[in-house]
Formats: sequence, C-alpha cells, structure tokens
Amino acid sequence: MGLFGKGSFASIIQRIFGKKHARIGIYGPPNVGKTTLANRILRDWTGDIMGSVSEIPHETRRAKWKRNVKVENGHSSLMMDIVDTPGIATKVDYKEFMNTFGLSRDEAKQRAKEATEGVIESIRWLEDIDGVVLVMDATQDPFTQVNVTILGNLEARNLPVLIAANKIDAEDASPATLKSAFPQHPVVPISALTGYNAENLYSTMVTHFSKRRKKRR
Amino acid sequence: MIKRDGGIAVNLVSRQKLEQLSSPERLRFILDEVRNGKILVLEQGLTSIEQATLIEQTMKEIEQDTFIGIEMNGYGEDKPSFIQKILGVMKKPRMTVIGPADLLKTISKDNHIIQTMIIAGKGAK
Repeated sequence: MGLFGKGSFASIIQRIFGKKHARIGIYGPPNVGKTTLANRILRDWTGDIMGSVSEIPHETRRAKWKRNVKVENGHSSLMMDIVDTPGIATKVDYKEFMNTFGLSRDEAKQRAKEATEGVIESIRWLEDIDGVVLVMDATQDPFTQVNVTILGNLEARNLPVLIAANKIDAEDASPATLKSAFPQHPVVPISALTGYNAENLYSTMVTHFSKRRKKRR
Repeated sequence: MIKRDGGIAVNLVSRQKLEQLSSPERLRFILDEVRNGKILVLEQGLTSIEQATLIEQTMKEIEQDTFIGIEMNGYGEDKPSFIQKILGVMKKPRMTVIGPADLLKTISKDNHIIQTMIIAGKGAK
C-alpha cells in the first residue's frame, strides 16, 4: 500500500482527470459481428449475453443495452453502458433474405421492414453515446460507404472511436489493411468468436474511452 | 425498379446547383432523383452528417418491391492544413456518386477512382 492507499498511480490519475462512466455504442454494417462482440464483452465481465447471432444479416433489429458493465485493464477501470446497435446499411432488400437465406416471402418482408427501422434507430443513438466501438470485418474492403459515413459522423461529433478489426480467425483476414486505412484511430485486431486478443481490446477501451473530451452535437 | 426502354439517366450535378439548396432541400432533391431511377454524380458531395440523414430518410422511404435503397460512394473532405484551421477554412466534401441500389453497384474504390457498374436489365424512368 502506497502513500495514497489502495490503487496505482494510474488509477489515481484516472479518478482525478478521467471519465468514470461512459455509454459505448457498438456500431458497424450488418454481419460484421457486433452482437458476437457484445456477447463476448458481457460474458467476460458480467456472465450475461446481449442477444442472438445469425449468419442472416440484420439479426439485431432493435438496439439492446446493458448498463454498468465494469471493464478493467489491470490498473484502472471504466464503468460502461454497452449499446449493441442494429447494422447500418444504405439498402435493405427482402429478396436477398429469400434467395440467399431461404426465408419465406412473409418472413423476409417482415425482417426487411424491421431492419429499416433498426438502421434509423442506430443513427439516432449516435446522439446519446459517449464513444463507439466500430466493428469492421477484417476479411472485407474497409472503404465501404457505411464505414466512412459512421467514422465521419463520429469525427464531426468529436466522439472517440475504436475500430475492432473482427474475424481475424478467418483465413483471409487482413487487420493490417484496416490499420493502414484508418491510422487516425486505434485499431485492435480481434476474434469476437474465439475471444482472441479480447484483453487488448478491453485495455484499449478503458484507456481510450476514459479520456475526457467535449462532445459536439 | 421498373424496367424501361429509354436507357439510364446519369446526371452530373454541379456544385453551384447543390450550393443553391439548403441541406434538407439537397437531400430531398437527391432522394427524389434516385427514387426516379436516376444516377447522380455530385460535383460536391455530402457531409458525413448529411450522409447519415440521407440514409435515415432512405430507410423511411423504402418500398419493398419498388425502392430497396441507395448505393452511394464518394470522397470525404480533405483535411484542412494548419493555416486553414487557424483561418477557419472548412473543406467541402468531394465528388460522390449516388443511385438506386438495384441499379448501381460499387465495384471498387481507392484514393483516385471509384469504379461502379450499372446492373444490366434495369433502366431509369
């Protein structure tokens, strides 16, 4: 025990200057693993899960959140409300659900209708969050318009963003491409499915989202 | 999208035309044109906030058998230099292509070229 009692110097600094609580949105296009990541975070820190996952796009069609998830990185911690948002897309075609994934016409139309509402909800949540984990598929081209639009929005609002380069367990994953594509943001390669490199993600989340900064609305 | 015999309209929209419109008018103009099956090449693109609003409006107007959404790609704002930051100079978003999602497909994009394809068998109103 040191001069200041329990805790390291870093945790004392965080208590004085850093945030203690932040609402963090998990954002990204459909099917990049947002809910898998949310489940991973919750399972590791609360023993709970956020929601179901599926290979069919737009499985998450309403935002879900879990309050007071305490994430630690060894010498400091941050209490977070984790918001798992529906995937943002510029188009929703019910025929894709029928032709590619075998849903009936009624199921596909219903899913498409709910997916459009989910996209709107995701965009509106941007007003109410303190930081974003932007999930990208490390096997895909990172310069999609959805990624660029979300990043541009966050930068315009001066919100901190951390890019989770997900699916690095896949053979054709290229997290280095993501790192070079977005050098202005921290990029953490991760497999939300296997948990590979999750510790690094948590550590970066705590340090990156603890910083105080003035939000622009 | 309704198949037409009259070909596909690709309209190049000048910066002056876009600057004459307020932000909501600009988005309305773009969405109306795209819903009518036109592909637009904007000399000056949308800000990221406008893009998000356009996506939101698009989602509200999706009609499952006639309008499934938009395809959009463009170049964002150049980063202002240190001097420009001091002088408060705002950089404008650069060229952007927008069209109906069932008509226009982005093939690739790099720092210099956005390659798109018009999907065969479709046509503009």
